[in-house]
Amino acid sequence: MAETAREPILEVRHLVKHFPLTRGVLFKRQVGAVKAVDDISFELFRGETLGIVGESGCGKSTVAKLLMNLEQPTSGEILYKGEDITKLSGRALKAVRRNIQMVFQDPYTSLNPRMTVGDIIGEPFEIHPEAAPKGDRRAKVRELLDVVGLNPEYINRYPHQFSGGQRQRIGIARGLALNPEIIICDEPVSALDVSVQAQVINLMERLQDEFGLSYMMIAHDLSVVRHISDRVGVMYLGKIVEIGTDREIYEHPTHPYTQALLSAVPVPDPELRGRRERIILHGDVPSPTNPPSGCHFRTRCWKARERCAVEEPPLAVPEGFEEVEGPARHPSACHFAEEKTRVSGA
Amino acid sequence: MPEQRDTPGPGPLAAREEAAAEAMTVSSSPETARSLGSDAWHDLRRNPIFIVSGLLILFLVVIAIHPSLIATRDPLFCELGRSLDGPAPGHWFGFDAQGCDVYTRTVYGARASIAVGVCATLGVALIGAVVGGLAGFYGGIWDSLLSRTTDIFFAIPLILGAIVFLSMITLTGIWPVVLVIAALGWPQIARIARGAVITAKQHDYVQAARALGAGNGRMLLRHILPNAVAPVIVMSTIMLGTFIALEATLSFLGVGLQPPTVSWGVDISAASDGMQFRNAPHILLYPAAALSVTVLAFIMMGDAVRDALDPKLR
Amino acid sequence: MSHDTGATDAAEVGADDAGGGGPLLAVRDLAVEFRTREGTARAVNGVSYCVDSGETLAVLGESGSGKSVTAQAIMGILDTPPGRVAAGRVLFRGRDLLTAPEEERRRLRGERMAMIFQDALSSLNPVLSVGYQLGEMFRVHRGASRREARERAVDLMERVRIPAARERVNDYPHQFSGGMRQRIMIAMALALEPDLIIADEPTTALDVTVQAQVMELLAELQREFHMGLILITHDLGVVADVADRIAVMYAGRIVETAPVKELYAAPAHPYTKGLLESIPRLDHKGKELYAIQGLPPSLTALPSGCSFHPRCPLATERCTTERPPLHPVLDASEAPVAGRGSACHYWKETLHG
Repeated sequence: MAETAREPILEVRHLVKHFPLTRGVLFKRQVGAVKAVDDISFELFRGETLGIVGESGCGKSTVAKLLMNLEQPTSGEILYKGEDITKLSGRALKAVRRNIQMVFQDPYTSLNPRMTVGDIIGEPFEIHPEAAPKGDRRAKVRELLDVVGLNPEYINRYPHQFSGGQRQRIGIARGLALNPEIIICDEPVSALDVSVQAQVINLMERLQDEFGLSYMMIAHDLSVVRHISDRVGVMYLGKIVEIGTDREIYEHPTHPYTQALLSAVPVPDPELRGRRERIILHGDVPSPTNPPSGCHFRTRCWKARERCAVEEPPLAVPEGFEEVEGPARHPSACHFAEEKTRVSGA
Repeated sequence: MPEQRDTPGPGPLAAREEAAAEAMTVSSSPETARSLGSDAWHDLRRNPIFIVSGLLILFLVVIAIHPSLIATRDPLFCELGRSLDGPAPGHWFGFDAQGCDVYTRTVYGARASIAVGVCATLGVALIGAVVGGLAGFYGGIWDSLLSRTTDIFFAIPLILGAIVFLSMITLTGIWPVVLVIAALGWPQIARIARGAVITAKQHDYVQAARALGAGNGRMLLRHILPNAVAPVIVMSTIMLGTFIALEATLSFLGVGLQPPTVSWGVDISAASDGMQFRNAPHILLYPAAALSVTVLAFIMMGDAVRDALDPKLR
Repeated sequence: MSHDTGATDAAEVGADDAGGGGPLLAVRDLAVEFRTREGTARAVNGVSYCVDSGETLAVLGESGSGKSVTAQAIMGILDTPPGRVAAGRVLFRGRDLLTAPEEERRRLRGERMAMIFQDALSSLNPVLSVGYQLGEMFRVHRGASRREARERAVDLMERVRIPAARERVNDYPHQFSGGMRQRIMIAMALALEPDLIIADEPTTALDVTVQAQVMELLAELQREFHMGLILITHDLGVVADVADRIAVMYAGRIVETAPVKELYAAPAHPYTKGLLESIPRLDHKGKELYAIQGLPPSLTALPSGCSFHPRCPLATERCTTERPPLHPVLDASEAPVAGRGSACHYWKETLHG
């Protein structure tokens, strides 16, 4: 899919988001900053799915908020078709919002409990009256309900009358209403039951084919990301440490964090118990207010040497891999990158 | 603008099948649209506390508007000759020191007490909701300024402040009392409103509306206020009761309502002379009982409404 | 509560044999109801399972399947009201806990059986130091002095591999990371070396890399102390890694029970089969995932017959009227497989199809 359309629809360049930590009652002074997103760059191509995986606190949800312009970046650019959307406001921003929509993680808090399903899905048309003439809106809402696999007769019901999976469908219908080109999904299935997750994943894949959507799929579940993504980026403490196609990342990871992450995923096959290599990382993720110098991962890395503390590895094809042909040749931010196959549990 | 694509067409068969499967499970609940409000009402109708306090309040409001429905005499018609007389036929509550009919005065007293309570509560809720709502919604420097102002007003003891202000004002009638209570009573509501708005603001549906391009007005009116209003309603109902008691307190202290205004506080004040009370306890008993029952009714109503609206019990 | 005793016993034979004598914990026909706005929710409808010392039973199910409620009923920490144990027995070393006096149950909790919860932050008291909370177990149950209790707390923290335990014993829960808090919860459960541990989604709130550490620790400690472990989870991956036997729950009933390898190799209930098939797998990349259709039923209005029939691809007329008992599952030579049972009329077709 990704090979046929190599036209970036969204480009992120050196994106940084630091949340200031302040103290004081009336006059606040800054005492530090949470470095949630620390200089990341990537592209999203038309029609593809880019997965972003990482553990909690790695900054992946902040990336989603920045892309949606719900937070202002500290620095960096987000180019949508060449235009930096972080600088936009008013009418121009509103126009861009029609094309970039979001599906939220928690289906219980992402729908206003005081509005009917019809009002929730119809709200995009009220905000963007040019998208649909007034008389057509009700019919459009019914169509959208049908598209996401819900009975159009539910139009007058309230969100609390639905289960988690159904609510997530309502959220997806709201995201689709304005015919966007990009949908940012922040953990779209992690709050759902296993048997319902598969339904929602299938729905999202079907909609991608039907409407030619580009997805940014932010999740911590590596197997879900693998199933749905064309390319995957791995984040750790505000940085992308490795990025490549799903095959490059899952079968030929070269960054030690990716390898540890993949090996930690429990495999639903008892026959493999005790027979696969597991990299158990020691310690916890350091605080993003005070990340380690040099490589952020060095405090938990079994390969760390002096160089890692002084010199930050860039996200590029690592030394020694420039010449290599094949899937091991992809950007990985490690001084001592090594290919490791067969670690994937996902 | 990208090229205009077609609007979503009907989904493929898979979606229909899913819809059918879901229809089967969902249709097990007979009602269709149940809003949170109607759910709360459903709960309230089954709550005996709500029914009792609701009927009491309804009765009080009706006699406050039309006291002549149950009291045919004139509350200001007094016969000094019958001063402090006990119950008599047609005068079941007896007579006060001025020889006025206690029953009539107690019935007519509801009007002033409830008027003060309702007007002061409306004022407090309005000021509190606006200040707290703006502080919570805009945050940052606005929040700091408004919250500190709230704290300053919070630090003024309500009764003491009211005594000081009212003793400086020479106007009579209910309005000075209403204004003073409203001016000093709002900080509590403001704090609750601010908290409720901050909670509502953090919900993803507000973010979703922003992501769609909604302006501040739509977010505030459509998404935040409807979800933040419940705690303010609950607090206001409870405060209504306490304001009625406060009016009585101020009148008792001689700075609230003044005769010839008929109010429970004024009557309690007049009856509190030790000698009179010993000789004729009924002149204190009836207005005081009416006051207690009214305050209790509103506080019970507030409790019942809170139980019904509390999302944690849902 | 109607129940097929013979079938259940067949499914439990394996476990009983392993322990020699009675099982450590046996739940029989447990039923739990909740009073709700919509009516009586039947959260647990006749659940039977047993665990032996040194054995790990995984109770697998989705939200609302009754897996946590069963555990709460066993521990005696069910919120009553609105909850109520409507029927059944919970036999701990042969003693029925449901009829035991509250005082005895309280003594058993902590000393003989302990529970680990999903959310360690809200399960620990935020205003007391972790050392105090760990030591409390020894003061209350063993009458230890303050100093002794502190020493034991440090021991425990070292045992669950909290670095610099002695320095951190006076820290408060919020000063620890999620993984460390979960270790403290485990330490607390282990404090009095109980015979049985119930772990309710112990790693769901944790990140994968930390999840692996914590599961490994739990498995290791279980081996060391030869405890029985009931692992309640929805994660098919975690179950495959640690469980000996599995009980799959759906809508308040056990629909399948089996040793772990057999269950993954050949599920005998359509629900289990559907769950296993809906896991994204490499060879399904780019294709549609298998998805169980429809939604879990409302507990206030359970479907007639087999609760799974509205979502089941094999459902027939019979499934809508007749509730399947837990049939013993037979192998190719018609001999019952130890510890296997399936509550499906068509378990044969599912197993071989």
